[in-house]
This record gives sequence, C-alpha cells and structure tokens, in this order.
Amino acid sequence: MRKLILTVAAAVLVAGAAPAAQASGGSVELLKTDFSWDGLFGRYDRAALKRGYQVFHEVCSNCHGLRLVAYRNLAYVGLNEDQIKEVAAEREVQDGPNDEGQMFMRAGRAADKFISPFANDNAARAANNGALPPDLSLINKARPNGPHYVYSLLQGYEETAPEGHALPEGMYYNKYFPGHNIGMVPPIADDSVTYADGTKATQQQIAHDVVTFLNWAAEPELDDRKSMGLKTLIFLLVLTGLMYALKRQIWKDVH
Amino acid sequence: MSGFKTDNKVIAWFDERLPIFSMLQHSAVEYPTPKNLNYWWNFGSLAGLVMVIMIMTGIFLVMNYTPHTTLAFDSVERIMRDVNYGWLLRYVHMNGASMFFILVYIHMFRGLYYGSYKSPREVLWWLGVIILLVMMATAFMGYVLVWGQMSFWGATVITNLFSAFPIVGEAIVTWLWGGFSVDNPTLNRFFSLHYLMPFVLFAVVFLHVWALHTSKSNNPLGIDVKSPQDTIPFHPYYTIKDLFGVGVFMVFFLYFVFFAPNFFGEPDNYIPANPMVTPPHIVPEWYFLPFYAILRAFTQDILFIPAKLQGVIAMFAAIIVLFFLPWLDGSKVRSATFRPLYKQFFWLFLADCVVLGYVGGKPAEGVLITIGQLATAYYFFHFLVLLPILARIEKPKPLPASISAPVLKGGGMAAGATAQPMEKA
Repeated sequence: MRKLILTVAAAVLVAGAAPAAQASGGSVELLKTDFSWDGLFGRYDRAALKRGYQVFHEVCSNCHGLRLVAYRNLAYVGLNEDQIKEVAAEREVQDGPNDEGQMFMRAGRAADKFISPFANDNAARAANNGALPPDLSLINKARPNGPHYVYSLLQGYEETAPEGHALPEGMYYNKYFPGHNIGMVPPIADDSVTYADGTKATQQQIAHDVVTFLNWAAEPELDDRKSMGLKTLIFLLVLTGLMYALKRQIWKDVH
Repeated sequence: MSGFKTDNKVIAWFDERLPIFSMLQHSAVEYPTPKNLNYWWNFGSLAGLVMVIMIMTGIFLVMNYTPHTTLAFDSVERIMRDVNYGWLLRYVHMNGASMFFILVYIHMFRGLYYGSYKSPREVLWWLGVIILLVMMATAFMGYVLVWGQMSFWGATVITNLFSAFPIVGEAIVTWLWGGFSVDNPTLNRFFSLHYLMPFVLFAVVFLHVWALHTSKSNNPLGIDVKSPQDTIPFHPYYTIKDLFGVGVFMVFFLYFVFFAPNFFGEPDNYIPANPMVTPPHIVPEWYFLPFYAILRAFTQDILFIPAKLQGVIAMFAAIIVLFFLPWLDGSKVRSATFRPLYKQFFWLFLADCVVLGYVGGKPAEGVLITIGQLATAYYFFHFLVLLPILARIEKPKPLPASISAPVLKGGGMAAGATAQPMEKA
C-alpha cells in the first residue's frame, strides 16, 4: 500500500510538472475570491447565475458574442419559455433561401445559438477601434485560471497608467491584461446595473456574478458532472475496499 | 494445452474445434506467475485497460465529430454541450490519454528498475518500445483533431521538424501536410490515422502479451523461476490483485475526469485554431515535454549540421536508444535490488527525466537552456556510457537461491513451517 501511495505521488509529481511550469506566465497575482462551484461539493449559485446573465445581457453582449450557447439553454439560468423567446427575438439572423430563392432576415428563436453582435470579426474590429472583442463562450476555460482571471480583469482598470508606461491612444490600462493595454472600455462600475432581485450592485458583486454566468457558459455540465462524480467515487471507494479485503483473503496462504 | 475440462458438452464440442476455452484456461487461469510480484506489476494490465477505454470512448466520439477545419472545434463543443453524456465521453478520452502515458511510463521505469528488458525478454521490451512510439503518434494526432490553437500550432511545430532533414526535408513536410501549411488535408489524414493507429497498437499489444507469456513475467528479485513452488496460478491470485489495482486507479483517473478535467490540458486549446495568431508559448502535451526539452537542447550549428537537425535526431535517438538497452546494460543481474550502484543511478536517471520534463514546459531562456542541455547530455550518458561501465565494475550483492528462498531464510520458524508442506506439493 505504501508503494501504491508513492506511485500516485510520483504520477502527480511528474504530471504536475507541466501545468505548474506553464501556469507561471510572469504576470501579476490575480485577485482572490471563492466561487460557489469550487471543490467536490461545489455547484452553481442559481441566484448569482441569473444576476450574471442580467449583467451579460445588459453590458457584455453589446460587444461580445456567446456563439456556443443556445438561447434555450437559458432555462438553466432561470428564464421561462416566454422570456427566452423574447431574448432570442432581440436580434436578427440570416435564414433562407425561401421559396423564391431569397435569403432573408428573421428574428432569433429559442433553438438558435446566441446571435453575435457583429456579423464577422472585421465588422467587430471596425466598430471597436481595431480591437476584437473575443467570443465569451469559453473564456473561463481558455485562460489560465480563467474564472479568477476574468474576475480580476473586470476590476483591474486604473485611471492612469503607471509612470513610464506608454499607453496607446484609445487604449486603457489594466493590471491583469497581458501587456496591460486593453481595448475594452472599463465595462462595469458600482451600480452600472440594477439587479432585479435587489442585490446591491457593487463592482465586485457584478464581476463575481458575471464570472459565474460565464463559467456556466463554458461548463454548463458542471453541476451534473460533480454530482455524478461524487456518486461514482463513493461507489468506487467501497468497491475497491471490498476488493482489497478479497485480495487479502485470497492471498492469506501465499508466502 | 493443459487441463481444461468441462462437463458441458456444447463447450467441449466447440473447444475441440477452436480451443478458445483451453487457451483462456492456459494463459489467464493456470498461467504460472511468480508469487512475489509487487504492485509495480499492476501497471501493464492497467495500461491495457486504458487502451480499451480509449478505443471505446473514441468510437463513440467519432460518431459526433466532424473532421473539417471550419467544423471540428464546434463539433467538439457540441459533444460537450448537446450530446447526451458527451462531456463524459470526451473528458474520459482526454484524461485517458494522460493516464495512458502515466501508466506506461511507470510500467517502463519498473522495467528499468527490475531489469525486465534483459535476456530472455529483449523482444518483449522491443515490442514495448514500439507500443510507446505508436502511442506517441496516436496521442499527437488526436490532440490535433480538437483544432484549438495548441492543436494547430503544435501540429505546425512538430511536422516542421521534418524540414530539418537536408534536401528532402521540405518535400517531406509538404507531403505530411498534404499542402503548403497545416490545413484541412492535414486534419483529415490525422483523423484517419488517429482511428487506424489504436488498432495497430492493439495488435502490437497482443504480440507484447504473447512474448510475455512465452518468456514469462520477471519479478522483483530478477531471478528465474526455479520450481513450481516459486509460482502461483494467475487466477485467482493476480486477477484479484489486478482488480484491486483497477479500483485504486479508477479512483485516481475519475477524480480528474469529474473534478479537474482540464488539469492536464492547455487553456489555449479552448481558443479555435487561428493560423494568423501564434500563441506566445507553444508547448506540447505534458507527456512529450522531456523529449521536447531534448529537441530544444541543441542551439549551435556544428559544421554542416544545423542545430535543428541535431535536435530532431537527438529526440528520435532518445527513444531509439531504448531498443539497444538489453545490450548496453551487460550486467547479468536483473533486479536493481542486488545492484547497489545501478540502483542509485536509476533514481538519478528518473530525476533527470523529471528535470527534462520541467525544462520542456518552460520557455527556453536563461539558465533553463543550460539545465536542459546538461539533462539531455546526462540522458544519453546514462545509456551509452554509464550502463556499459556499471556492468563491468559493479559488484552485485549475492542473489537468493530461489524466489521461495528469502522467505525461508528471513521469516524464521513460522515461515519455515508453512513452507514445508509446499515443498511436497
């Protein structure tokens, strides 16, 4: 058994060398916070999810897409069928050809994926001073320590760049952005949204809520995954214990 | 074939015509196995299990995957989001690749420690090295299929290595790509080969097991089986021991699948491939990092050989050298337990591989370049210089007379008493 533990330790050590080596990108330490979905028993905080969706809808979605998430998925966030239809219909998408062979625009439907705010990357750049607002579907998975990175970035703006840092025209200084020059206008401040559920909308609260929503967008399976994981591991631990007992029993006469 | 008996007439009829039951009886039930195997001997069968898991999950993933540059990334995300339990299939497959390498590397280091590559197991060892090579090719191509940033740029960097070969290099790269850059033809052929290779792997594993059952298992003492009392039948002793190992391993494996599925992954691979944007720091998957460090250790052109070509040759040589291991290490004693010097150098070599892995994951700059070069030099020094010398100068400890012997000596009266009846058996 001792050797087995050593094995596991060795495996973790060898395997861990890689991500550990890559995690240190030489950037600033991110803000610390706890998320409801951390740990073995972590789950999404449904109220935060709904507030986060409100922030995304009112603020982020003006520039950022969410192209891998479908409107129908918002049921998980707590929107009812009518609300989903209403949200989907806010934007138009090209469809067709119709019976006359013409392409046409129609309002979005619940079955559609989120319709991006710009027709393509070039249109997005043209409207944003050359900067491309990335699609946010996977942002929490696509950055090292994603949830903490996005959480920090949203609160990492500084009024003036530190001395000696040349800030290009039309850019903003952000402590956590690689290179510090970010094209995104500081998106949130205290009270930049008014929460439907009456929660006080501090900048920190808003950042935390929208990161919750974005994590759900990136890992919608997380609640299912963790609950299945717990059951599976408990089952396996019992089974393994029984197998160990059986092994001892079968081997007891071997010397 | 040995004593397979049955009262079932149908089974007996069938077995006379195709002796499947006799064969199972012979090689999975009665199969005489040294009785002193420790838990390091679990890793071979565990690797076999993971191979089966990889093939099964892979077959179902293919049903929902689309090998086209414009659709591949989104089809993977569709598996994650809309296919029933698709996230489970994909996370098992993705982490399974890492598990496969963890198990196989432990399996190999076990072989190194206990001298399992020595006569009469050279062919068994060769087949193992071939398995490693096939696994590496399969894993590399599988990683490309996701078509994220690291998929694309990893494929670009690795396939470009072949351009280091003089004269034919560029032509080889164009041939590999099926074009003039990594693009749709590359993705398509990688998909095809990624589906083919596991079955090649399966065949080589079959040969590996065949060779094992011909020369039989080595054991922690590294001495030959001398009499039937040194062995026990595979079933039930090793079937239960392996099953217990499976339980422990599955807890480890599934912990990652359910609670840290992206631990071994690279965040950049959740950004769709973009030929116009190079990631700041291109790294292969963790299991390639030691070899990546060897590749990058060569920074000086020597005469007409460019540094890049040296690196490529060294990287391949790092694996090819394993084929010669049974002759580089001439010591007749197998197990490091009885080789006081080799034992220490074994651990040093293991540490060297970990250092190489660490260096491979970091940007090549500053002192890390030198460390990488020293570690690379030591890697080859270990095989090409140290092992042949050790075989000559080392004075091994006395070997026990038989596998049963140390128990008789060390266990005192009680052990002697239980061993008595076994001698009659």
